[in-house]
This record gives sequence, C-alpha cells and structure tokens, in this order.
Amino acid sequence: MRSSGWFPRTMLAVGVTFLYAPIVSMMVFSFNNSRLVTVWDAAHSPTLKWYGELLGNDEILGAAWLSIRIALIAASGAMVLGTLTGVALARFGPFRGRTLLVGMTTAPLVMPEVITGLALLLLFITLQQAVGWPRGTGMLTIILAHITFCTAYVAVVVQSRLVGFDESLEEAALDLGARPGTVFRRITLPLVAPALLSGWLLSFTLSWDDLVITQFVAGPGSSTLPMVIFSKVRLGVSPDVNALATLMVLLVATGIIVSTLWMRYQNRRRERDVRLAAAANH
Amino acid sequence: MAQNLHSLNQRGRRLVAGIPLVWMILLFLLPFLIVLKLSFSQERLAIPPYAPFLEWINGLPHPALHLSNYAFLFTDPLYISAYLYSLKVAAVSTLFCLLLGYPMAYAIARAPGSRRGMLLMLIVLPFWTSFLLRVYAWIGLLKHDGVINNILMSLGVIHQPLTMLQTDFAVYVGIVYSYLPFMILPLYANLEKHDGALLEAAADLGARPFTAFLRITLPQSVPGIIAGSLLVFIPAVGEYVVPSLLGRTDQLMIGRVLSDEFFENRDWPLASAVAILMLLLLVIPIVLFQRSGVRQIGSHP
Repeated sequence: MRSSGWFPRTMLAVGVTFLYAPIVSMMVFSFNNSRLVTVWDAAHSPTLKWYGELLGNDEILGAAWLSIRIALIAASGAMVLGTLTGVALARFGPFRGRTLLVGMTTAPLVMPEVITGLALLLLFITLQQAVGWPRGTGMLTIILAHITFCTAYVAVVVQSRLVGFDESLEEAALDLGARPGTVFRRITLPLVAPALLSGWLLSFTLSWDDLVITQFVAGPGSSTLPMVIFSKVRLGVSPDVNALATLMVLLVATGIIVSTLWMRYQNRRRERDVRLAAAANH
Repeated sequence: MAQNLHSLNQRGRRLVAGIPLVWMILLFLLPFLIVLKLSFSQERLAIPPYAPFLEWINGLPHPALHLSNYAFLFTDPLYISAYLYSLKVAAVSTLFCLLLGYPMAYAIARAPGSRRGMLLMLIVLPFWTSFLLRVYAWIGLLKHDGVINNILMSLGVIHQPLTMLQTDFAVYVGIVYSYLPFMILPLYANLEKHDGALLEAAADLGARPFTAFLRITLPQSVPGIIAGSLLVFIPAVGEYVVPSLLGRTDQLMIGRVLSDEFFENRDWPLASAVAILMLLLLVIPIVLFQRSGVRQIGSHP
C-alpha cells in the first residue's frame, strides 16, 4: 500500500496534539500550587497539595465509591445482555423480533442522552405508581438505566467479533453430537472472550463516566462521581478536579495498556496453537 | 434424537434472543411511549406534576389528549431558536470533525501495518478517559486568563486576551474534540479496506494523486463518511455537557432547554413535548444510521 502524502500526516499530527493537549495541560496544572489554576506558581510548584486535598474530600471519595459499585454491576449486566444480543443477531439468521432488536440496540448508540434520561425516569415513576416498584430513584434505577445503554455497545462489539468467525466450528461440533449448550460454552464463548472483555471495559467506562442519564434517574440521595464533578466545575475551574483527572487518566492508560498486552499475548498463543496443530497434521 | 436436539435448540434460541428483547422493550421502547403519552398531557401542580391520561366522564374513560404543549413550543420563539441553534451547532461541528478526521483516518489507513494499531490506540485512548473531565479541561485552556491567552500574550501575538469561553467557537471546539474518535473509527474501517491496485492503475494511466483521490478514494469512502457524520451529528444535536460548560448563556441548545424545563420549571409534559419534537427532527438521521452506520462500525474489530 502506498503511504499517504504530507497533508494527511500533518493533519494526523495536528489532530493527535489537539486530542492530548488539554489532557496534558490538566495534568501539569494539577501540580500547580496556585488556586488560580492557569497561573503557574513557580516558587511553590510542583506540589502534591491538591492530591492531598482530594484524598481528604469525603464527598468525592463517597461518590467515587458509589460510581465504582454501579459501574461494576452495570458492566456485568450489560455484558450478559449484550452477549445474548450479539449471539442472537450474528448466529440465529432471521427470527421474529430481529428487526426490533436491531433497532433497539443501535438507537441507544446515537440517541441524545437527555431524551433517554427523561424517558427512563418517566418509566420508573410510572412503574412506581402502577406496581410500587422500584421504590424511589437511586442506585437501583441508575444501574438499570446504565445496563440498558451499555448493552447496545456490548452487542455491537460481540456481534462484529462473531461475524468475523464463520459458523463452521460450531456446526461441526453440533454434527459430532455436542449439545448446543456445550457448543456455546466450549466454542462460541472462547471465540468471543476478547470481545466480552472489551465490552465489559467499555461498559464500565461508559457507566463510570455517564452524567446526563444518571442525573435524570438518580434520586436526591445518590450522587455519582460525574454528578459531583459537574456541580463543582460548573462554578469554574478547581484544582483538585485537575488532580482527580490526572489520577483517572493514569489509571485508564495503565488498564488499556495491560489489557492490550494481554490480548496480544492471547492472540500470539492462539496462533502458536494453530501452527502446532497444523504441524501435527502433516 | 435429532428432533430432540432441534427442539432444544429452538427453545434455547428463543431464550437467548428473548431475554434482551424483553429487557429492551421494557427499558427502551416502553419509556418512549410514556414520553409520547405525557407530551399530550397537561401540567398540574401536584405529585406527579401532570394530569392523568384518562378522564372519567359519566363513568366512561375518555383519553385526555392535549396539543397545548406542542402549540406552546411553536408560539414561544425560545424553543424554535434553540432547535435551530442546536441543528446549526451540530452541523458545523460535524463538518469540522469530518475535515479534521478524514485526513487523520486516511493517514492511519496508509501507515505501515505495524504502526496502525498504535495510532488507532492513540485516537481511542482519550475516549476511555472521562468525557466530562476532557470537556472541563477546555475551560482552563479557553478562559480569559487561561492557558491559550497566556501563551499568545507572552509570545506577543495578541495584547488583549481573546474572549473564547462562552462563545459558539468554544462549543464547536468542545464537540469536535469529544466526538472526533467517533468520526475517525468508521472512516478508518472503510479506508483500510480500499484496494490499492485501483490507485496504482490510475497512476499508471497518468492520473495525478489528487485526481485519483477525488475520483476513486473519495467516492468509495462515502459509506464511512455517512456513518461517521451521523455518529457525530445525532448526539451533538442533544448535547448537554459541552454547551453547559463552554457555551453561550444567551442562547441555549435544546438539550439544555429540555433539562431546564424538567428540573427547574418542573413542567414534565412540556419537557416531553420538547423531547418528542427533537426525536422527530432526528428520526431520519437515526434510521439512516441504522441502515448504513452499524455495518460500518461493525466491520471494525
């Protein structure tokens, strides 16, 4: 393949700079002593004082803990539902309700969040009046809402992974008399395992980060981390948010790098197995 | 035995497809029907703050359908201007996303195979960090005594700080910045599959690289352009965080109007009507996205 000209490569450099400059600036100023955030106080910086302040802030810590619990449950729920959806869409051929399922799992990808949030809250309130459940809004309703929009993302990831593999392996196992459940456990599941991992991580991030939908379905008592951050930064820049952002960027970067290395290792191992199997056949 | 297996298979399949189907009907489709219903209801000072859907007249139920919310949306210029402004912001941001994202996706698709993975990772990595915090970072850059003004003043390029925060410009920057990966990924998925032989043939026949690009690459990448643009445009119309943190205070976007109607004015029926009208504006792009877009994203691992 021919390489691109100077113009696309320049734009790529400009674009990557554009993507990273704000993050880098935020990280740098998290070590700034001045409360004026954007004025570098050379005499007293770098300092870790905002990190100390952050760790002493019970509101932020409590919200972070709530967000982590919600994201763990929502990501796991979305992984199960999204996998079922992806398997059904990629493997079952035409079935009744397929078009509906496709529609309902692609619309959340682009639906403006204010609309989804409003709709979900009205659902919870209507349900509460009709059947008395869920009792009020809070962690439970946030989790239900997050599972719903995360499922769509997992479904896309799982489906595209399954479409990339043909069905012959599963068919062969069925022909050899394996039960469908066994085929799913022994063949389909290992095939989609990397997609499950990325789907889970994606859902965790989306849930952890969501503000708009959460604001609608959270009760007065439950503030997630994005809600606390939003109410802080609406009033202007605040240095301990810079410290928080830096910690989150470092955490995410570490997580991504580790999972990428793990997936590369898995791929290499599978390739080696395939080579060994091919050699054994000769 | 085979019959047995088949029926088990059928039952299993019904279960696998049925669980997400029921979940999404209950938590995605049904809520929209409730919003639709509520948009025809009337505001009431009570809990919940809307009139019931059925009025009982002489012991018979009469559905109470009021068009007053929609009529109000069209009489108060606030709403029309918020809709138009949102469409404008989304369109301009999508265009800038495309102008920046296309060459980036093109450069990645043409990079040597070993570097492509790393470049894609560079594009996707910011997406994994908090959207809210990345938008917030722009406040520090754009504000009056912010980083950009400080740098420009110390370089002597400007003598008075530029007003960038709370302008249209800040909203464009914020939206392009946060949605750029959504433009690049489908474009890359498309451009990566192009057959280099066609371009070589064009070059052999004497076409200049730019002509070859216009006549061969660009037309072939239209599905990627459509998918990427819809993936940016549709959510941008209802964007709430970016205009709230970076945008103008004298002109609201419709997502903010909806949220204010609901939380500040507690007019749930009107907020529902705002949502339904927004959906009507977006229904054609959303259907287009479902037809073309998902295949484009799906082809990217």
